Amino acid sequence: MGMEGIGARVARKEDKRFITGGGRYTDDMVVPGMKHAVFVRSPHAHASIRKINTKAAEAMPGVIGVLNGKQLKADGIGNLICGWAITSKDGSPMNMGAWEPMATSTARFVGEAVAIVVADTQAQARDAAEAVEVTYKEKKAVTEPVAALKKGAPQLHPEAEGNLIYDWEIGDQAAADKAIADAAHVTRMEITNNRLVPNAMEPRAALGHYDKAEDHYTCWTTSQNPHVARLVMSAFYNVAPENKFRVIAPDVGGGFGSKIFIYPEEIICLWASKRTGVPVKWVADRTESFMTDAHGRDHVSTIEIAFDKDNKITALKADTVANLGAYMSLFSSSVPTYLYATLLSGQYNIPAIHCNVRTCYTNTAPVDAYRGAGRPEACYLVERTMETAARELGVSPAELRSKNFITEFPHQTPVIMAYDAGDFQASLDAAMKASKYDSFERRRKAAAKNGKLRGIGMSCYIEACGIAPSAAVGSLGAGVGLWESAEVRVNAVGSIEILTGSHSHGQGHETTFAQLASDRFGVPIDSVSIVHGDTDKVQMGMGTYGSRSGAVGMSAIEKALDKVEAKAKKVAAHLLEADDKDIVIENGEVKVAGTDKKLQWFEVCLSAYTAHNIPEGMEPGLKESAFYDPTNFTFPAGCYICEVEVDPETGDTEIIQFVAADDFGKIINPMIVEGQVHGGIAQGIGQALLECAHYDSGGELLTASYMDYAMPRADNLPSFAVSTTETACPSNPLGIKGCGEAGAIGSPPAVINAITDAIGNNNIAMPATSQAVWAAIQAAK
Amino acid sequence: MSDISMVVNGRNVSGSVEDRTLLVHFLREGLGLTGTHVGCDTSQCGACVVHVDGKAVKSCTMLAAQADGADVVTIEGLADGDDLHPVQAAFKEHHGLQCGFCTPGMIMAATDMINRHPEGLDEATVRAELEGNICRCTGYHNIVKAILAASKKMNKKGKAKKAA
Amino acid sequence: MYSVNYSRAASVADAVKTAKKADDAKFLSGGQTLIPAMKARLAAPSDLIDLSHIGDMKGIKVSGKNVTIGAGATHAEVAANAKLAKACPAICHLAAHIGDPHVRHMGTIGGSVANNDPAADYPAAMVALGATIKTNKREISADKFFKGLFETALKDDEVITSVSFTAPAKAGYAKFPNPASRYAMTGVFVTKGKDGVRAAVTGAGDDGVFRSKLIEAALSKSFDASALEGVSVSSDDLMEDIHASADYRANLIAVMAKRAVASANA
Repeated sequence: MGMEGIGARVARKEDKRFITGGGRYTDDMVVPGMKHAVFVRSPHAHASIRKINTKAAEAMPGVIGVLNGKQLKADGIGNLICGWAITSKDGSPMNMGAWEPMATSTARFVGEAVAIVVADTQAQARDAAEAVEVTYKEKKAVTEPVAALKKGAPQLHPEAEGNLIYDWEIGDQAAADKAIADAAHVTRMEITNNRLVPNAMEPRAALGHYDKAEDHYTCWTTSQNPHVARLVMSAFYNVAPENKFRVIAPDVGGGFGSKIFIYPEEIICLWASKRTGVPVKWVADRTESFMTDAHGRDHVSTIEIAFDKDNKITALKADTVANLGAYMSLFSSSVPTYLYATLLSGQYNIPAIHCNVRTCYTNTAPVDAYRGAGRPEACYLVERTMETAARELGVSPAELRSKNFITEFPHQTPVIMAYDAGDFQASLDAAMKASKYDSFERRRKAAAKNGKLRGIGMSCYIEACGIAPSAAVGSLGAGVGLWESAEVRVNAVGSIEILTGSHSHGQGHETTFAQLASDRFGVPIDSVSIVHGDTDKVQMGMGTYGSRSGAVGMSAIEKALDKVEAKAKKVAAHLLEADDKDIVIENGEVKVAGTDKKLQWFEVCLSAYTAHNIPEGMEPGLKESAFYDPTNFTFPAGCYICEVEVDPETGDTEIIQFVAADDFGKIINPMIVEGQVHGGIAQGIGQALLECAHYDSGGELLTASYMDYAMPRADNLPSFAVSTTETACPSNPLGIKGCGEAGAIGSPPAVINAITDAIGNNNIAMPATSQAVWAAIQAAK
Repeated sequence: MSDISMVVNGRNVSGSVEDRTLLVHFLREGLGLTGTHVGCDTSQCGACVVHVDGKAVKSCTMLAAQADGADVVTIEGLADGDDLHPVQAAFKEHHGLQCGFCTPGMIMAATDMINRHPEGLDEATVRAELEGNICRCTGYHNIVKAILAASKKMNKKGKAKKAA
Repeated sequence: MYSVNYSRAASVADAVKTAKKADDAKFLSGGQTLIPAMKARLAAPSDLIDLSHIGDMKGIKVSGKNVTIGAGATHAEVAANAKLAKACPAICHLAAHIGDPHVRHMGTIGGSVANNDPAADYPAAMVALGATIKTNKREISADKFFKGLFETALKDDEVITSVSFTAPAKAGYAKFPNPASRYAMTGVFVTKGKDGVRAAVTGAGDDGVFRSKLIEAALSKSFDASALEGVSVSSDDLMEDIHASADYRANLIAVMAKRAVASANA
């Protein structure tokens, strides 16, 4: 490893532009002639659209056009799709209701787009949007998932009787039932996983530009996967043919899943640009983000874990109802199934598992992947129940977990996943030690003297990342392959450009990806540039989500680097009159091992391009590409311990310490990995203590701004104590497991386990707001 | 419409704006200074923080006309040529940013915070003073670290200057 | 934001004159509540008259126990005023915890008092301090000034120019912020002065700031947190929302009152 190679804690190359105000986000883009769009949105959660009168709006100052869904449909633009087909346990396909980019006859959630106004300025567009008269006939709405599945509930889609999308199961029900019947002890819980709003700080935005002269479309958009956006908008929504369509996701201000999906707005802006003849830019305000970004979580579950007389787990059974909102967003169906129930084995050896999942429509924003996507829901279920079981069984939470850890790998769980590597005891031990768990009771007593309630809780999480072998996800219903592509272009002077299908929206790819090339050839990272986020530059890619940029994206780069290295060695061997097997490349030099014969890296590169003296039959140049399809999911795992102090008078919870011990396999840049963990933990603590999307029974979103949706702020959080243990991942060339989601997955149960320990009442749901904790304390009195 | 003029990052600028134009929009659209961001509608996220007459304010909660005649500094005006401001340098060194969207506001807020606390800062004060700046990426851990480091450096420099 | 005409007033008289000519003028001070309301299109004045350049409305005067704070004094200025901190540290503490540093640089005491947001901090202080609100026309006691949610005794062309009070022997403020907005979900300002004990509650009342007779009675016996042990505040007429039930707010009133007293005695 060089100073800037694999494992080096180097500062980020991309920071310069962000700290000087030079970042270029979608809203910063300006195209000559560009105009501004504002959407007319449904104020009702469920209503028939009787009439849309745009006359008054069209006459307002600056207005260029007011367009609606009927016109969009007439122009052949298609409905939005869900790209992962789930089959119900009776063999029937999922019941997908039609999702029009702009509602023409029925609006099904507050904020659904009904019309678009294009005007000279955003303020004018907003003025005119208010003047669009939409006549609605309100219908009864339903917002809660369990209520939506009840008889007599308001119906959303004719395609989904009883609002049921699918009724799916995994595992062996008979085996789980028998084990539960025979168990020495069964711990049972009812658990809700609260609905969250992702809240990337950059609101979604789109700038659509149809160039009539070239018959070409360009869309700048806040996307985690611009190539998928182009593919889907082209192949399914008929917005533009792929060869005449460029999607650019420039600097993107955070995603957390919410910018994976293709939303109506980017489709409509492109179409509206063609229709009006001007480039059309739309930028969400925060309230629009709250109303229309895909939300996360929203599960209601029951769980049973059965133990034998030695406290060994014999079975786990779960029943879940998941709310998918008013429409099926792009990957919504996969989140409460293959990304959730397949992780219910946790870190434990569980012989029998069964999980049933019903998903439903409600009059709420669509729900899809949000940081962790299914895995936080699984982890919360398992880890709250394990902590509860330890209390019921009168054993320490660590001991109960240790006793049931999987210790041999590979390990096939009863729910599809084959864990390839891990050392769960190592991360548990590391976290126990770092948190001084053994001396906690002393701290509890000291706090009690000050009138405070101390509690400690842990969580041992596992997740499946780096999704995944394309054939495997294909067999499970995915509509896409989940590989990644890379192209390594070495310039004649030895500097390097790496083109990747991964997309960085905060993850630091411009640095970590460059570290791979630096490690390989000994060149400084400053001479390695990363190109991403533009379909005209990078041929194809699957984008960034599911902690896949390391395990999959970097693996593709490694493969391309292998090819470059092999060719460079051949060129060097030819020049140095040696065997290419004897060539080593290090610190920017290309040497014949065991001799003093060497060339500078740039000399070899230059030779490849001058082609004056390269091996017979070799093509000139030094540029290679690769597609990498993983052989398995990766399985990051770890142990989180949270210590809290509750003020019994107000219910206010202070996090005294938060310890994380993660196993991410090989780490490229520990500084960046730590940053990912910090951010994930903060989002998990946000879920545990503060955040919840509240709809009232009529479908109004009560938490539609930061006035009512509690975001974690600096004073809600402590500094975190993070560390790592390492077992290499055998499923990819770098041994990387991925680190993007762990924090958000592992932390919520640790926080809630700590609070319930502090207050002596296990009956509390997330978010454990001060009010909720105070009420739980009163109830326990 | 109002004709306004002000000094932005040391340069005299003027423009004619609708009275309802917010300062942030004048900076971004009128002057092309897109480093200042808008992250919310309710004056809470702080992505829009700039300095007006030496004080950190939310440029989304101030009309451009209110700033007529003022001295405004944005993120683009913080560095001294190619030399990063110590707060900018600390954010980079300590990985105090990820997606970069809240970063300009954070840095402007941090600079103001350090200026107001020549006695130095501790972690609790930094966290309390960041109430008006929301970050979704970093969990604030490295932002706090960066601000503490910058504060130390700037105060040392300040003291050295005074002594000299 | 809807279209609006902005103008800058050079004096209070100038401001009032301009306001009279306009359809529906609003005075703009720090704008930290008004501008967000206008952005949300919840407020739509025809004219905004900026008061922030009026010299007469600025400044903080402390003479012995007598305090006069110009309506244009920002929260940051109130928080940092050394003389005021000596006379009445509780109001500096309160000002130092309004909003965030950026809001405190802009927001003013006059604007906050005139707006009378039910979750604002200053109304509690004004009532508990028995302050006098001085306008271009008259002097109004705080007890008569605050009239319910966002309602005050102010007439259309009336401008707050300053607030004044006699610093009490003891004063303390404690608030429990809303976890999202950080406005007071319940805040209690207690004073012990020559006219006795006052306890004013903000953030909790259905009808805005109010005095809690129950707490005042208990503290009149003994101005000590222990006097409030076992005091049970009724949840009648308290606000209820997704963040706090009326019962929880009732509890917070008692707890914040205790903490305010403890801070007053510290």
